[in-house]
Amino acid sequence: MSETREAALELESARSHGTSWARWVVQPAAILVMFAGVLAYVLLAEIGNVESRTLNVDTLVGLTWDHIKLSFTAAVIVVVIAIPLGIVLTRSWARAATPFAIGLANVGQAAPSIGLLVLFAMWQGIGFWTAVIGLTVYGVLPSLRNTMTGLQQVDPRLVEAGRGMGMSAVGVLRRVELPLAVPIILTGVRVSLVLIVGTAALATFIGGSGLGALVVTGVTLGRDNVLIVGAVMIAALALLIDWIGRVAEEIARPKGLS
Amino acid sequence: MSENSVSGVDIELVDVTKHYPGQRTAAVDSVSMRIPAGETVVLVGPSGCGKTTTMKMINRLIEPTSGKILLDGDNIIERDADQLRRHIGYVIQGAGLFPHMSVEDNVGLVPGMLRWKKQRVSDRVDELLDLVGLEPEQFRHRYPRQLSGGQQQRVGVARALAADPPVLLMDEPFGAVDPITRARLQDELIRLQEELRKTIVFVTHDFDEAVKLGDRIAVLAQGSRIVQYDAPAEILANPADDYVSEFVGAGAALKQLTINRVRDVALDEAVTVEIGGDPADAAERARSAGRTHAVVLDARRRPLRWLSLKDLQRPDALRHVDRDEDLETVSTSSTLNDALDSMLTSSHGVVLVIGRDHAYEGAIRVDTIMKAIEELSSSTDDTEPAA
Repeated sequence: MSETREAALELESARSHGTSWARWVVQPAAILVMFAGVLAYVLLAEIGNVESRTLNVDTLVGLTWDHIKLSFTAAVIVVVIAIPLGIVLTRSWARAATPFAIGLANVGQAAPSIGLLVLFAMWQGIGFWTAVIGLTVYGVLPSLRNTMTGLQQVDPRLVEAGRGMGMSAVGVLRRVELPLAVPIILTGVRVSLVLIVGTAALATFIGGSGLGALVVTGVTLGRDNVLIVGAVMIAALALLIDWIGRVAEEIARPKGLS
Repeated sequence: MSENSVSGVDIELVDVTKHYPGQRTAAVDSVSMRIPAGETVVLVGPSGCGKTTTMKMINRLIEPTSGKILLDGDNIIERDADQLRRHIGYVIQGAGLFPHMSVEDNVGLVPGMLRWKKQRVSDRVDELLDLVGLEPEQFRHRYPRQLSGGQQQRVGVARALAADPPVLLMDEPFGAVDPITRARLQDELIRLQEELRKTIVFVTHDFDEAVKLGDRIAVLAQGSRIVQYDAPAEILANPADDYVSEFVGAGAALKQLTINRVRDVALDEAVTVEIGGDPADAAERARSAGRTHAVVLDARRRPLRWLSLKDLQRPDALRHVDRDEDLETVSTSSTLNDALDSMLTSSHGVVLVIGRDHAYEGAIRVDTIMKAIEELSSSTDDTEPAA
């Protein structure tokens, strides 16, 4: 009887691998096609004098690098704020503060992103760090909410079992709650990152560099090809981040969970 | 039973009260009881009567509002709660294994916290898995979701025993498994307890389970008030009041079968033959004993399956015999009730009794049980007034 059960379990896990397998290959393939398409266009197509000032490999790489720097700085700050805050807000002694913190994070995300960035620029002046702060406020909610959800969905009986065996509160958090919450927390971080990478295009309005510059140039000069290259690059970058995030989630998922 | 030394310690509750703020009545109202070292005491009562709260105060998962709890004479309030809990085994319903840790890591948790050396922890894990009947080689690297409910519960017990604590708290541990597995786990617990002689506090709402496992039973009412605290046989024979009789339920005489164990009665013999033996000889012995079947044992004397006289006519009948997975067996620590149950399920009117290492010990037939019932009813007639 136990053998058939094992066989069923193995089958089940094999099946779930089967479905995710396709997505794992299709998404990076699409991303590759997008990057390759842009590269081929920039290198091979007849590009006018005006556009070639932005549509060359050096500028594209430079802008992409700026975009990544901006996004990752904001994302690191998001993680550093959201995960500890999420942990604190799920402790029984801090439950009272939970609605307040979630409400604040909701406001951050619900506010129109461009408005938020401009507001910060008026307050802080324009530049890289202003853009980083704006993006951080905008992107903190998914990480915070998922950290809390991830910790809250841990079976309270497991927490009690841990305490009952003589683990300290910190020990239970470190060895039981956080490992079991990791998949959900990482999903939140991934969503934050993708959100930030997309929104970082707007940073160009407040003096932050990035791929948004292509979009703005394309619009102001009326050159659709510049606009489209910018849009494709931003989309491809967001998809790439999303894919890397999914791979990281799969690797960090604790063994023994389905 | 008595050759094993007691490794448990006394627990004493003195006027223990738990009052939750905002509630008019106390969840546990001034409870005093003594739990002697090495005994299994079952707290039984309806849900919400405070039995779990009472138990959780012993390892301070719940802090008492007032009163004293003495563990081996020492007031537990004076000890560091985390340190205290590392020396009290704790088993909960559904085992509460950590799903992201292997069986080995789950069992080795408390020894790890007590800073045992790696090799010692590893040896201990093997020893404990053996003790609860799980092959270490096969199970130590598995994750909880790769185990059946019964296996998880065994690992749960192994985990609680890991650092050899003198006291074991069990909170409805077998509530979530099917009845057959539950009976088996109960048998194993009885066997373990005979070897280990811990002080066990066991919480359940199932009176039959209480009768089967407890050296003493505390029947609790609202506020964890102790209505009766006695040996199971005494509670069955002389319930203190209507509340207890209601809890005992119908068929108290039949429930006596749950107190008496297979080892308490004289076992019958079955005709046995070892694998590779001579079928003709086995058939001859069965015929002269007036039996129609013989049981085949493997090299370690574990029963494999029943063979009929007709089966034994084949000269190679004993060369290769598959294990009958549905073979009905009970252990010497099983109750007569379980034995009767297995007998009614099996088609032979007889059930095999196995002892240590699942080796053959004897057999039980319906008349064995009938005789036991007769003796029991004659003894209860003496103590019970005629209805």
